[in-house]
Amino acid sequence: MQKLLSDSPGKKVLMLGNEAIARGAIEAGVAVATTYPGTPSSEISLNFFQIAQESDLYFEYSTNEKVALEVVAAAANSGVRSMCVMKHVGLNVAADALMTLAYVGVKAGLVIVTADDPYMFSSQNEQDNRYYGKLSGLPIMEPSSVEEAKDMVVFAFELSEKLQEPVIFRTTTRLNHSTAAVVLGNIRKPCIEGGFAKDPFNYVTVPAVSRKLHVKLLQNIEKAKNIGEHSKYNFVVGNGTWGVICNGVSYNYVADAVKDLKLESAVKILRIGISHPMPQTLIKKFLKDCEKVLVVEEGEPYMEEAVKSFAQEERLTLPIMGKADELFSRLYEFNPGLVRQCMAKYFNVTYTPAEIPDLSDLPELPQRPPNLCAGCSHRATFYAVKKASEGLNTICPNDIGCYTLGFLPPLSMGDFLICMGSSVGTSCGFSKVTDRKVIAFIGDSTFFHSGIPGLINAVFNNHNFTLVILDNGTTAMTGHQPNPGVDMQNLNLSGYGRVSIEEIVKAIGVSLVKIIKPFNVKKSIRSIKEALSFKGVSVVISKEMCPLYAKSLKKLKGKPFYVSEKCKNHRQCINQLACPAFFIKNDRVQIDPFMCVGCSLCAQICPENAILPLKERS
Amino acid sequence: MNTTRLIIVAVGGQGNLLSSRVLGEAALLSDIPIRMSEIHGMAQRGGVVESALVFGDAESTIISDGEADVLMGFEPLETLRALNKCNRDTVVISNLAPLPPFTVAIGKGVYPTLENMQALIRAKTKKLIAFDAVDLAKKAGNVMSVNMVLLGALIQTEILPLTSENVKEAIRTKTVKPFVETNLKAFELGFSAAKALA
Repeated sequence: MQKLLSDSPGKKVLMLGNEAIARGAIEAGVAVATTYPGTPSSEISLNFFQIAQESDLYFEYSTNEKVALEVVAAAANSGVRSMCVMKHVGLNVAADALMTLAYVGVKAGLVIVTADDPYMFSSQNEQDNRYYGKLSGLPIMEPSSVEEAKDMVVFAFELSEKLQEPVIFRTTTRLNHSTAAVVLGNIRKPCIEGGFAKDPFNYVTVPAVSRKLHVKLLQNIEKAKNIGEHSKYNFVVGNGTWGVICNGVSYNYVADAVKDLKLESAVKILRIGISHPMPQTLIKKFLKDCEKVLVVEEGEPYMEEAVKSFAQEERLTLPIMGKADELFSRLYEFNPGLVRQCMAKYFNVTYTPAEIPDLSDLPELPQRPPNLCAGCSHRATFYAVKKASEGLNTICPNDIGCYTLGFLPPLSMGDFLICMGSSVGTSCGFSKVTDRKVIAFIGDSTFFHSGIPGLINAVFNNHNFTLVILDNGTTAMTGHQPNPGVDMQNLNLSGYGRVSIEEIVKAIGVSLVKIIKPFNVKKSIRSIKEALSFKGVSVVISKEMCPLYAKSLKKLKGKPFYVSEKCKNHRQCINQLACPAFFIKNDRVQIDPFMCVGCSLCAQICPENAILPLKERS
Repeated sequence: MNTTRLIIVAVGGQGNLLSSRVLGEAALLSDIPIRMSEIHGMAQRGGVVESALVFGDAESTIISDGEADVLMGFEPLETLRALNKCNRDTVVISNLAPLPPFTVAIGKGVYPTLENMQALIRAKTKKLIAFDAVDLAKKAGNVMSVNMVLLGALIQTEILPLTSENVKEAIRTKTVKPFVETNLKAFELGFSAAKALA
């Protein structure tokens, strides 16, 4: 049995934050869950994917976050408790649906999980999604700990039903990827059978309907505020006259700092767990009892701005600070030492920070950046495109996935990237305003997610570039989730359709489409050259399974290679491919037989044909 | 209850997440509060994986620079790179079998000598317990049991509020059945190696 289905209330289990969120949804009787995978949220849906295979839960990997949200918008308006999971930037994609879904509301509970990524451990920006609460009018809930996350999800479903509005559940990477002991609760039996009552004058958002619905939304915000004023998730601890207002994981650092600095009798903490709408009365009362207040929040001064405006309304003049040059930054994530130091400074208490050893005499340490895996098919495709485009003055917009790493030397294929699908749209612009050859790269899952509209645009507006679709048969970067092009029979799952990228591209009207097998190097280069010389939109589809995925399916059949005596140390292999299976020993290139998957790319480019399959050695 | 802070650094694929998991389960068995966090976004792509484990009464799941009581490194260069997490009272445990990063192979950096790395760590911390954990893992019967070898050494120092028995129980229940025996053997070999160096 999937471990999150365990029906043993009271049992203490070690859980990842993301597992606790999924378990909370199960305890709340979630019946429909959707997602587009994205770190740091991916393990939530990975658990749903497994749970769906042995329970009544309906779960799907949707093509993108907007579709994912639309699916659950319908489910929740048919009386079925639903959850939609995405990373923070995913909510930008879903924002169009979100904004008006807030007007329409829901009938059964709908919780939208958005996982922010302060410090950008695996994201392109560190936007603060609490502002989506203000923008949409929807409640935002933020847990501080793994165990709280589970209980708060259950409450979020109840809140959603009470207000008849979706609830946004906002986490940060540190919560998603922390582990702690969680006590299991009871599992509510899910209602899986929906019923939809036609009510077009409340559901079809033409202007006359929306004018009425906006009034309802404002009333719901007011209701949510009243609930927040008395919720156990907005709580005060301690009873000093120095106040700290904090949220999320910052609360943990503040609580530890109060103990470390021995400020138990001096500091009072207001922990905000429902950060939209802000509990105005509670905060005003808190301010009146304080001499000075520090706001501790990662990201933007979201709470600080609200707290200062509440103080103004009450004509309170106490000092309130948060983001400032000498205090907290809007950049990156916080840590216990930083919060301790800022609290000591603001409240003017003595504090000796931990003494970090002097590391100035350390030699320069070689970096260990992430790299495309040994045998990665993207490496072969990038190499072939690089060879085929030699002598051309290129611009190569890249996209989001493992293949983003192709921008690193020596492949150096990647010149521009802003968001999912942007390789295609930006190629239209680059090719219009420059005379350079534009070659865009996009993965299979990202193509389905948001590359298709860009390609339609390119054909309609007659742009001039080559799009290389790197089809490795899975969504590799986030942990091998399925996408519409995946053969689900590989996973022994039936009941799925399968969408052909080639047929989509041809149906869009791209007249030159080349399919390559990237480990066939010479042939690939020839095909790519043809595509590059085409005037207009051409597409190359590079088809080769991700080696990690192939390995997990037991479909990896290659034998490792080795460098034979014929090697003349040109080092084209290592210098042009940078495959991590290579290493240098006694000034000679060697191949680690445990890493090499036998893709044979290096063997094909060696000028001496010195790289041979290992079996031939004996 | 006092707080004990442990940082584990490794290269993706070395099995440090399993060692954190075993320590977490052992803490649960011992009724010791435990919170941990890990950053592993690009682990499969050859990057560094860092775990933080906080035992005892604390709410935080991460460890600031200079605040680790113990640093356990699965790879000598990564142990050295994580010295900013240490202070003069930190005990460092490190595997001595190098996994040179790819940047070294393509001439973009020089891998420091083992002697130099050990001397630097010794000079800046309370104690370094360093040995070839890969060698001991092989002796235990599985090269992948480096994580269990290092766990043995870690528990031998008695810095964590965990007993050898509870950690072994966690290994028995939380590691894959066919490997339990080699894992326990690896744990013992690491324990003895640390004892010999004490």
